[in-house]
Amino acid sequence: MFDGYTMGELGAIFAMQGFAGLILFSVYVLMALGLAIIFGQMGVINMAHGEFMILGAYVTYLCSLFFATFLPELFGVYFFVAIVLAFMASGSLGMAVEWGIIRHLYRRPLDTLLATWGLSLILQQVYRSVFGAREVGVRIPEWMRGSLQVTDLVEVPFNGLLLMTLTLCIAAGVYLMLYRSAWGQQVRAVMQNRVMADAVGINTGRTDRLTFGIGCGIAGIAGSAFTMVGSTGPTAGQLYIVDTFLVVVFGGAASLFGTIASAFSISQVQSVLEFFLSGSMAKVLTLLTVIIILMLRPQGLFTLKVRK
Amino acid sequence: MTRQYRLFTLEEAVNFALLALLIFVILPAMLDPFRLNLFGKYLTYAFVAVGLVLCWGAGGILSLGQGVFFGLGGYCMAMFLKLEASTPEATAIQSTPGIPDFMDWNRVTELPWWWEPFQSLPFTLVAIVAVPSAFAFVIGLAMFTRRVGGVYFAIITQAIAAILTILIIGQQGYTGGVNGMTDLRTLAGWDIRPDSAKLVLYFVNGALLFLCLLAGQWVRKGKVGRLLVAMRDQEDRVRFSGYNVANFKIFVFCLGAAFAAIGGAMFTLQVGFMSPTLIGIVPSIMMVIMCAVGGRHSLLGAVYGALIVNGAQTFFSEQMPELWLFAMGALFISVVMFFPTGLAGLYEDHIRPRLPGLRPRRPGRAEPIATAAAE
Amino acid sequence: MTPDTPSYATDFLLAVERLTVSFDGFKAVNDLSFYVDQDEIRVIIGPNGAGKTTVLDLICGRTRATSGSVRFKNQELLSMREDQIVHAGVGRKFQTPSIYDGLSVFENLELSYPGGYTVIGALAYKRSAEVMTRIEEVAELVFLSDLLDVRASSLSHGQKQWLEIGMLLIQDPQLLMLDEPVAGMSVAERKKTAELLNSIIKDRSVLVIEHDMNFVKDIAHKVTVLHQGKVLAEGSMEKVQSDPRVIEVYLGH
Repeated sequence: MFDGYTMGELGAIFAMQGFAGLILFSVYVLMALGLAIIFGQMGVINMAHGEFMILGAYVTYLCSLFFATFLPELFGVYFFVAIVLAFMASGSLGMAVEWGIIRHLYRRPLDTLLATWGLSLILQQVYRSVFGAREVGVRIPEWMRGSLQVTDLVEVPFNGLLLMTLTLCIAAGVYLMLYRSAWGQQVRAVMQNRVMADAVGINTGRTDRLTFGIGCGIAGIAGSAFTMVGSTGPTAGQLYIVDTFLVVVFGGAASLFGTIASAFSISQVQSVLEFFLSGSMAKVLTLLTVIIILMLRPQGLFTLKVRK
Repeated sequence: MTRQYRLFTLEEAVNFALLALLIFVILPAMLDPFRLNLFGKYLTYAFVAVGLVLCWGAGGILSLGQGVFFGLGGYCMAMFLKLEASTPEATAIQSTPGIPDFMDWNRVTELPWWWEPFQSLPFTLVAIVAVPSAFAFVIGLAMFTRRVGGVYFAIITQAIAAILTILIIGQQGYTGGVNGMTDLRTLAGWDIRPDSAKLVLYFVNGALLFLCLLAGQWVRKGKVGRLLVAMRDQEDRVRFSGYNVANFKIFVFCLGAAFAAIGGAMFTLQVGFMSPTLIGIVPSIMMVIMCAVGGRHSLLGAVYGALIVNGAQTFFSEQMPELWLFAMGALFISVVMFFPTGLAGLYEDHIRPRLPGLRPRRPGRAEPIATAAAE
Repeated sequence: MTPDTPSYATDFLLAVERLTVSFDGFKAVNDLSFYVDQDEIRVIIGPNGAGKTTVLDLICGRTRATSGSVRFKNQELLSMREDQIVHAGVGRKFQTPSIYDGLSVFENLELSYPGGYTVIGALAYKRSAEVMTRIEEVAELVFLSDLLDVRASSLSHGQKQWLEIGMLLIQDPQLLMLDEPVAGMSVAERKKTAELLNSIIKDRSVLVIEHDMNFVKDIAHKVTVLHQGKVLAEGSMEKVQSDPRVIEVYLGH
């Protein structure tokens, strides 16, 4: 499959595909971070996670329309406003869902899967009714459109760079929250022993709601970032949900570092394969590899051996 | 000894008989051929739901990839029918006559080797059950011997459903791609398209469904069924009583796959095509929902669940296309939240106590499932 | 992990040698060796966290060892699956009663009756008169005769412990491992259980973890004291009780 390429070209291809892979990686990480919190820490399977992401994307879309119409002089920075709004929108919807549905199902993880699936159907229909069935795209501000010419053959688009920076910041933020803040300590305490956490005075109900909300909020940011590289439709979220779950499981559900590492390897393999094979075969091979590795190492890549 | 083993209690026998009455007498008498065929289609999903009652309800193994087995069965059947419909005479206008039309469109000039055996009806009939069961066996062997279960199993089977769909769509020269296999005509010379044939197929379908129900009942009432319950409660205890837990899980998963595959084959026959949109992630979850609506612990409930969910889907999408996703979404959420034992649970709690001569069951019957499904 | 099985044969029923398990660097059991004779009743005692339950877990295959060897009738257990270890003749009772809540007492006992272990075997299984008689005998022994058709979930804590003991009796293992069989029982239940254990430990070797010293004194042939994953002392109850290191571990700090 390498016929007809010189070494230099191959290098450039790998670099460019590698970069394309990094963009995919960023989307995966942002989606997976939210899921890793919800699934890894709370044990809830949120099949509507993709729809929370799409909510963020639609908020960004609305925001871009609003700025283009009313504040054209500030259009360059709308994206940053959109990120915050996307986080808040998805986050508050997440908290509402936690209160209305999820909290009744904590002891039945497989049932959360079915209920959130129902929720995802409803959300999809809402999006379709409000925004129409057609995909919508946002206008990217001027300054984000250029690209950085690294060598003759390799160029790196700005929006990709921005996306990656954003991903790194969010990942660092999540890490700090989960492992360095009082909230993180409470979350982990509740997950490890709910009854005990309750007994020592942690408001478990509030912690759960906040955790779910933050996980969904991060999905909203993922959706916001997603608009930089693709268009948004009512069912776009569903396309990513399986991949994202695999990323989380592959990384070892409770490990943030694992989530990032697994998002990295999966996205890199997929985008490099994509150049040489058809997109569908690349995806099949990637998923298959992940599944086979998971069969050999079901606990995921990064988990500790613990005393039962 | 009152403890002697029996396949049916009187009550169960009556319920089986009522379902038989519905499927074999009431529906055919009430419905026109078009609607009856539609119900025949719904009932093909009942095979999957019955299999899920065994895997999920009895065994605690939730597979989100039952569409895979449904699809493999359906595709095996479709391949045979497609080959029979692609005689050199019927396909004379193609650049390569004698191969399925979609192959010709995709410039495939020779029948692939793995299509060859599907010229034979006996081979096809065996393959319909054997291929999906073997696939389930491989998955089960890999997962259950390594103690992958619960949520992880669900996610991995879902990914397998995604892979199969992408593969079928991507390899359209060999599979018919996203359109699937269409234009199926005869089964060993017998035209499957007229109403009379559909009526026959409906009854065949019903009979096969009852065979599966009986097999399911037999497994559940026997030692294997009790072992499955035991595994759900205390998997370690079962191991330390000397059983290799993985083997029993593999068995019940394969059984569920075989049921689903028969359903898939009957779908192809009754509806006249098979396509990847029927077997991916979304349809696979729908199958689980049918089982949940009917009651995940009740074989008969699963059949009613399949009828109701599919019926509702048809009704809503015909009557109010904009609202049907709302209605379905609300149905799933409310079943999970308010009726986790489904229709069968409603029957247990509300109808059964009012029936003459039936004492209410001992307490502790309704709940243990939910917690056992965890992990 | 490959067990380091020594090449020589041993006369002991159970030979645990240089057994080590490490959880993420922490050695819960560390280079542990001890031997159990045919028909011997051995009690393992030790402070919390000494690795007592872990030793039982390692022997019955629930936890995988890092290194060492466990031989039962000269068969290496460490490379066997849990069900194979059971077939070799080792039975295990857990600390918290481990029974099938969703099944009746009768069915609980029935599933422990040897045979029908394979899928085919289970499919072909018939509830014979022989099985029923045996179940009734055992139920009598564990004080559950009147409760055979009751769901196990509605038993009291003590009855659940008895049921699990009954399940092991039906299994009839050559080596019976009991993890705190009288923990959490009322005084009356405790007494009944002690009688029960005394009657069932005949004709087999028993490995018991127990805290109740009166109970230990009653039944133990030999006592092994574990501390930090190692054997601290071993011998008769009197000898162990007078060992200054044991007193230090139990009463020190």
